[in-house]
Amino acid sequence: MSFRSISHSAPFTHQASSVQKIMFTVLLALIPATAFNLYLFGWPAILLFSVTVGSCVIVEAGCLALAGRPVRATLGDYSAVLTGWLLAMSLPPWAPWWIGFLGAIFAIALAKHPFGGIGQNVFNPAMVARVALLISFPVAMTVWVMPHPLFSAGAPGFFDAIAITFGGQMPDAVSAASALGHVKTELTRGIPVSQSMVQAPDLMDMMMGYRAGSLGETSAILILAGGLFLMAKRIISWHIPLSVMGGVFLMGAIFHAVDPARFASGTFHLLSGATFLGAFFIATDYVTSPVSKKGQLIFGLGCGVLIWLIRTFAGYPEGVAFAVLLMNALVPIIDQYTRPRAFGRNRKGEPLPLGEEKP
Amino acid sequence: MKLFPIRGGIHPDYRKELSSEKVIVALPLPAALYIPLQQHIGVPSEVLVNVGDLVKKGQMIARSGGTLSAPQHAPTSGHIRSITDIPAPHPSGLAQTTIVLEPDGKDEWGELPAPIVDPFTADPHTINERVAASGIVGMGGAAFPSAIKLNLGTQKKLEILLLNGAECEPYLTCDDRVMREHADEVIDGARIMAHALGVHRVVVAIEQNKPQAIDAMTRAASAFSEVEVVGVPVQYPMGSERHLVQAITGRETPAKKLTADIGVLVHNVATARAVHHAVRFGRPLISRVVTVSGKAVREPNNIEVPIGARVADLIAFCGGFSVEPESLVNGGPMMGQPLPGLDVPVVKGMSGILALTAAEINQQPASSCIRCGVCVTICPCGLSPVDMAAFIRKDNFETAAKLGVMDCVSCGSCSWLCPSHIPLVHYFNYAKGMINAQDREQRKIEQTRMLAEAHALRVEKAAAEKAAFLAAKKAQAAAASAAKEKDGTPA
Repeated sequence: MSFRSISHSAPFTHQASSVQKIMFTVLLALIPATAFNLYLFGWPAILLFSVTVGSCVIVEAGCLALAGRPVRATLGDYSAVLTGWLLAMSLPPWAPWWIGFLGAIFAIALAKHPFGGIGQNVFNPAMVARVALLISFPVAMTVWVMPHPLFSAGAPGFFDAIAITFGGQMPDAVSAASALGHVKTELTRGIPVSQSMVQAPDLMDMMMGYRAGSLGETSAILILAGGLFLMAKRIISWHIPLSVMGGVFLMGAIFHAVDPARFASGTFHLLSGATFLGAFFIATDYVTSPVSKKGQLIFGLGCGVLIWLIRTFAGYPEGVAFAVLLMNALVPIIDQYTRPRAFGRNRKGEPLPLGEEKP
Repeated sequence: MKLFPIRGGIHPDYRKELSSEKVIVALPLPAALYIPLQQHIGVPSEVLVNVGDLVKKGQMIARSGGTLSAPQHAPTSGHIRSITDIPAPHPSGLAQTTIVLEPDGKDEWGELPAPIVDPFTADPHTINERVAASGIVGMGGAAFPSAIKLNLGTQKKLEILLLNGAECEPYLTCDDRVMREHADEVIDGARIMAHALGVHRVVVAIEQNKPQAIDAMTRAASAFSEVEVVGVPVQYPMGSERHLVQAITGRETPAKKLTADIGVLVHNVATARAVHHAVRFGRPLISRVVTVSGKAVREPNNIEVPIGARVADLIAFCGGFSVEPESLVNGGPMMGQPLPGLDVPVVKGMSGILALTAAEINQQPASSCIRCGVCVTICPCGLSPVDMAAFIRKDNFETAAKLGVMDCVSCGSCSWLCPSHIPLVHYFNYAKGMINAQDREQRKIEQTRMLAEAHALRVEKAAAEKAAFLAAKKAQAAAASAAKEKDGTPA
């Protein structure tokens, strides 16, 4: 009697995990924040979300077919859905359909597949797409709307939404500034942060998410819930989220203490824009972040500090996407310098000397 | 006792409950026993018997083949049917020389060496000789000749004998059962080994998922102040020698050194029991406890098996297969080897035979690495499997070696939890083989180069000598002719 066993080698047991399960769990974690924002921004947001996710899946299928790789099996890993989902969450909720469609091409066909597909890309595909869109279409990418909850008075109905998303008919007088954009604009007009902050939504609204902002970023608390769920499921660890938020908060707090008129507070930076979304769902992307815990802390801290720097001194009010991309570029070198110390060896890789009790 | 943390590790499904409550039973003598000459690390033993000989139980039938070797003994009385090549319990299934013994059913003991009456006053050398003559090898799986390890006491300064009862591999329960049912024998064997080594402290480390074994061993050890039984955390690969030493003592064995270099010698609990038998009764190692388990086996069990019984005999004793197994494994599921079939014999280092279903193995086709980094987090050796695998894929063994692939203990933790099901440890074993082969090749080239250089040097020297000789001769001739000319010049 012979066995197929010879084709196997140890270990002859395996944890019941898979890439598909991991991606699916991340999607589950995104549902609360997304559902809330889709409700908050209504039908146009739902349409844009659907177009973006759908386009990513279609573009992924096309790329796989062109590369001669198994289409159905690879689509089943949900990575394209996740990329589309995160991209949609970072778009202005009432942006036209072609923003989502072009974003899918940027994300999947330019940022992911030319590098070799899943696991091979250096830069976070959703953020590449967001940055490419922001630079190419600065107007369309910065039209924010105040919350128009579904079925509330003044909210666009389904057919109004089709006109907004597919017809490019943006109703007048709905646009609003995001809190970050507002503070920045006012600052350029010589109005100090301490004054402009008065008109920004209060911290409670910012935390709950009842504010203007990208399609999925507004509710810090629901994103936090999703992030904690991912930690409980051990999909992500605390290292990246905490160091990103720590970096943003510390820079904000220190400079705010020095000059409150010029610099917004740490709490404001923490709760505004895409800080939470970036910390829990974007910077934690496995493929484009370091593999060691120490590397992840450095990476996260770098993202946090860059987010604050870009928001405070650069031309754009929001810096999450730029910060993550800049740190993505450093991942290979961070990985190289943060490898763990091997058992029985010192940091340089030389065997430990004999007669020493502790390394 | 204060324990020290070890890095990384995993918590696989242990599935020990399949066999942990099964009392050790003796396998009825099979129709034939197949005793390979190579059951240990080192050189094969040398046959002492001829076909047709009648041998008694415990009689030496093959002697040690050299310094690093171990003898073989007849597990029962009977006739030598043949000495032939049969497939070895190795994934290759290659044949090796094996003594085939046909039991006569009498199970008659031959004349055994006299018991060492008071081993604790005996010369350590006497004990080592007895262990060597009894064919005892490491029964945890490595099968390293035990007497050589016991001799280390004379070469290194040892403080602790660490008895490894961690049994961290899933499924295996043979050490658990031995400790529960024969604790006194294990403790006695350990104390004898400690005496032979000249150490005054014995620590028995048992994973906390074996509370009955901890109880039994603690009771057995209570009379001896130098023996301490310690429950260690359930954390695979706790049973890895270096990691267990670190957990118990906090000392980290330097790379390329042995635990003995930092004062700790590790032996398996079943080995200690074999030493007890050899010293107290003169009985050589002729049987061992084997766990037969896995969900493809009808009745998993712990069986005291005479060395040389075929795997098929054990499976039949366990009621056969309930379903056709996907894999048949020699050892535990994490580090075991695939068995080439059922006809191979049980050898001294075989702790388990597992017949596993596809569902238990749960091996999926490998997909792309998503750099989740979990392999880096859990590697008990502090390596970066994700990086090493990337270089090995490109056949860049030099960089893989720089990243420490040779320090990998092949525990399989990274492969176990890789969400992309990449067979990482398989890559590393492949790389280790390639690097060893390259090293051998390199040494060969170096040797050839040295020989060639020496040759060139000799040739050069010979040529120089010849030239010098010719020059001297020429000079001589010139001098002679000059003299002649001078002489011949008419005045």
